[in-house]
Formats: sequence, structure tokens, C-alpha cells
Amino acid sequence: MMSWLQGLDPTVQDVLSAFGRALLVILPIFMLVPFMIWYERRLLSWMQDRVGPNRTGNITFSRKSKLVPGFLKGKKFKLFGLLQSIADGVKLFTKEDILPGHIDRFLFLIAPSISLFVSLSLAGTLPWGPFPKLTPVADVNIGLLYVMAISSLGAYGSVLAGYASNNKYSLMGGLRASAQLISYELAMGVALGCMVLVTGSLKMTDMVAQQSQPLWGVVPFLYNWNVFTPWGFIATIVFFVCMIAESNRPPFDLPEAENELVAGYHTEYSTKRWGLFMMAEYIAMFTFSMIFFTVFFGGYLLPIRIDNPSFKAIEGYLAPLTMLGKGAFGLSLYIWLRATFPRLRYDQLMNLGWKFLLPLATGNLMIIASFLFAQKAYGNLAGAGVAAVGYILLIAIWLANRSKKSEVEKMESRTATMVSDTDTPTIVVGTRRKPAAPAPAPGGGE
Amino acid sequence: MSITPNLLVFGALAGPAALAAIGVVASKNAVRSALCLVVNFFLLAFLYFTLQAEMLGITQIVVYAGAIMVLFLFVIMLLNLGSLQLFDEKKDIKQPIGIALGVSLAGMLAAVVVPNFMKVDDAKKVLPNYGSPQAVGSFLFTQYTVPFEGVAILLLVGVVGSILLAKRRIS
Repeated sequence: MMSWLQGLDPTVQDVLSAFGRALLVILPIFMLVPFMIWYERRLLSWMQDRVGPNRTGNITFSRKSKLVPGFLKGKKFKLFGLLQSIADGVKLFTKEDILPGHIDRFLFLIAPSISLFVSLSLAGTLPWGPFPKLTPVADVNIGLLYVMAISSLGAYGSVLAGYASNNKYSLMGGLRASAQLISYELAMGVALGCMVLVTGSLKMTDMVAQQSQPLWGVVPFLYNWNVFTPWGFIATIVFFVCMIAESNRPPFDLPEAENELVAGYHTEYSTKRWGLFMMAEYIAMFTFSMIFFTVFFGGYLLPIRIDNPSFKAIEGYLAPLTMLGKGAFGLSLYIWLRATFPRLRYDQLMNLGWKFLLPLATGNLMIIASFLFAQKAYGNLAGAGVAAVGYILLIAIWLANRSKKSEVEKMESRTATMVSDTDTPTIVVGTRRKPAAPAPAPGGGE
Repeated sequence: MSITPNLLVFGALAGPAALAAIGVVASKNAVRSALCLVVNFFLLAFLYFTLQAEMLGITQIVVYAGAIMVLFLFVIMLLNLGSLQLFDEKKDIKQPIGIALGVSLAGMLAAVVVPNFMKVDDAKKVLPNYGSPQAVGSFLFTQYTVPFEGVAILLLVGVVGSILLAKRRIS
């Protein structure tokens, strides 16, 4: 086998090895999906004081039946409900496949595949360990931009699904998805840009290498994770919020808000195709959290650092497990947020993205740029001073903005006013912007 | 002219890209047209990748396929153009004249461009970092600073103008 491979044309060898590397990324994540769903349901139940799926797959053998061999009689086997998702998957794939009438058939059929394609190819530049031959799939010098590009394509899946379904709720879900993705893409890109400035490279492997130094150059037993710097911390928060918004998860799941839009863009989908959307969502969650941990939390590096070749070797062999563990931790954060926060209102979503995250990330980017310049030109102390001044300015601007805003009421409030000074009392439902403003004229509203 | 792997890759990318470009103008449904444009942009980006211009290609995907075309689709769906067959044009004299002018323009461009490419039998070896973000960035901030800043100011003016227009409509 090996000699046959080595005898091939070098181009064919390259293609085959790229294919193999892609499989090495896709297969583990793909196989984890049922367990991710089970994990979410169990963790969510635990947080909400319920039990959750804990039975499926348990076997209790009869004590009396002659069909059961002796050593199994009365034995119990517990699987903790792990098979629940697999049973659900079998059900999904064997149900009657319903295609509604009046749909745009072609787009309706390819929309779920676009979603799945995007979430599977998201991990293309993600390093799983210090093995340049096996991972990442392509260590190109546009690594983070690739992530941005692919995640921005994610909008097409939901937008096309919403459009092709020919259903008003679906269309609104699709429109919401596209608006939300575009809004949060910007802040996410700027947050990643901060880390690119720090690293000086867009390659994810370079990012991990840069984070494998001792912390701030002085603490030898900790890694220099990006999150431990002030700018890194801000970028972490911004990226984390944007990441949840990008993968359409609660509290940012407006495209599929059940109480408003039935199920949003996948209202008309059933069976396998709905299952593809579900898979795409979970794969994107897991991959996004691995990207998050790679950029800000040192990727496959362990939480402690020992300057020792054998520790490095052990760390290298543990790397895929570390990545999976960090991905699972990110998944838990997603679920924790889902259990904690109610869904945002649409104006809150837009305000958070455009008026808070984007200015914060942009200010952060300017500060890190001036810090790097001052550090290069005048030394560490000057850099720290510039950064401190920058953050004080940022906070001052924010406070000034806030006090200006608190004079005017922030959100419009909806009121119902009884107008009784006419002969026929009527109820006027209107909107007003300031609490002190007079009630709008009858029949008013905006 | 022999068939090389490079030619095969080029054919696999350029052929569908050209078909998608035709689809943009031939399709009667606005959403389909926009999607054809997305496919075209996406394949063009891959053509850039094969020319080792990674930065250009990925920017093409991020900016055009990812952001601008999503906005296009957003507007098309918001105005509900997709369901209407708005693009049924009347047959009149403009159509053949337009086609003739388009074909002649393409012919003129091809007459200039194609002979130069026919002579090339092997691509020139480029610098190892030719299309990388570092190379593009250093060019933008050294040799082409003035045009780059000019474009930046143009974009800023565009942003301010659009805010102005939007504000006027509210008040």
C-alpha cells in the first residue's frame, strides 16, 4: 500500500493526502453529533432540574426466561440514554419525506446541504496538534480569513431555505438570519483582527506557536494565552458573543424563534433535510468553539506549561483529546447560555451588535495597534502607557455616551391610553419615545 | 497543446464560472440571478487561488460572496422580486442592438487579450510570497498608499452619505 502510494505522481499524492486530512477532521466531528445532542439535552435538563433522556439503550435481562443465558440473568446494562439521539436519527431518516407544494424545489433541496457544507468546511485551517503532516487540512497563510469567509457563507443556507419554502414565517426567519449574520460578522472580524495584529500572522499554527511562550514572557508555568492580555480579553468577549450569534444559538436564535416564527427558516422542512440543518448547527457550534479556544486559549496546548521535551511530547500526543475537551467545554458554555438567558428582542440584538460590540472591538483594535507601535518604537513601558491611556479614553467615551443617552429614554415604550374627553371613549394604542411627551393623537401611532 | 492537470483545474473552474455568469443575465428569477452571481464569485475566487493570489481570492469570498451578495438577496427578498416575473422584456430594436454591441466589445477585448495569452506556454515563476496577505499589505502601505487612502475616503463618503439619506427618511 505505502509503496503503491509512493509510486504515484506527486500531484496525486498531494490530492490524496489532502483528502485524508479532510477526512481526519470531518469524521470525528461528524460522529460526535449524536452525543453532542444527547449532552445538550442532559446538561440542559440538569440545569433546569429535570431528568432528560436517560433510559434509551438500557437493557434489563429477565431473571426467569430460558432464552437468556445464565450469566446474563437479572443483569442490568445502563447506557445513560446515549442511544436516544441515534434512535431519533433513525426515526428522522425513515419517516415519510414530505415536500410541500409551491416551493422553489431546487433551492429547497440544496439549502440544507449548503448549511452542512459550511459547517463541515469551517475547520479547514484548524490545527489539531503539532503534526504538520496530518493537520490542519491546509496550513495556508490566510487561515483566519478562511474562517471568516466560510462562516459568512453560512447565511445562504438559512436565507435560501427561508426563501424556497414560500412561507411567510420561513422568509422572515431567513431575512433575520441574513441581517444577524452580517451584523455580527463585522465585530467578529475586528475581534479576530486584534489577535492577528498581536500574532503578526493569519495562520492558526502561528497563533498557537505564539501562545506557547511563557505568560507575558515571565511566568514559566503558564502559557501566553491571548486571553490573558487586556486587549485579548476584550476580543475574547466580543468574539464569544459574535460566535453564538453566528451559529444562531439561544439567546440569539431569532431566525428560528419558536413563539414568533413557528420554527423560522426550517418550518417547512421535515425528516432528513431537517436533520441536516440540525447536524449543521451542532457541527458549527463545536467547530466554532474549537476556533474560539484556538485563537484565544492556546488551541491544543494544555493549561499548564512545563519547559521539558518529554512534557512537550506528551502534550503533542494528547493534543487531539485536548482539542476535543476544549470543544466540549465550549459546547457547555453554549448550553449554559441557552439555559440562562431569554431570547433577545430584535432591537436589542441590533443594538448589541452595532452599538456595543462593533465600537468596542474597533476601539480595541486601535489601542492594540498603537500599543504595538509604541512598544516597537519606544519600549515596553511606553507601550503599556499608551495602552492604558487608550483604555481610559475608551471608557471615558463610553461613559460620556451613556450619560447622554440616559437623558433621552433609550427604548420606545408602547402604551395604551384611554381618551375620555370625547363623547365616545376610544382606546388608542400608540407609541411614544419620551415619557414626558404628550399622548399621541387618536388614531396615531407610527 | 497538451492536457495538463493545470488545464483541467482551470477548465473545471472557468467553465462553470462562465456558465454562472450567463445564468446571471439569462435567469428570469431575480433570486436565481443573484445566486448565479454568488456561484460566479465563488469560482472566481478559486481561480485566484490557482494563481497564488490567496489574499485576493479570500477577500473575494468574504466581501462579495459573503457580505454583498447576502445584502443583495436580502433586498430582493424584502422587495419580493423573486416571486414576480418582472424581467419579461418586450421584444424591440434595443435587444439585437445591445447583443451586437456586447458581442463586438467582447470580440475587441478578446482580440487584444487572447493573442498575448496564446504565446504563454508556461506560467512565469512568481515570488514565493506573491499573493500572501503580508505582500499585499506591504504593497498597499508603501507603493500604493495614496490610491489606497483615496479609496478609503471614497468609502467613508459613501457611508456618511447613506447615513444621511437614512436619517432624512426617519425625521
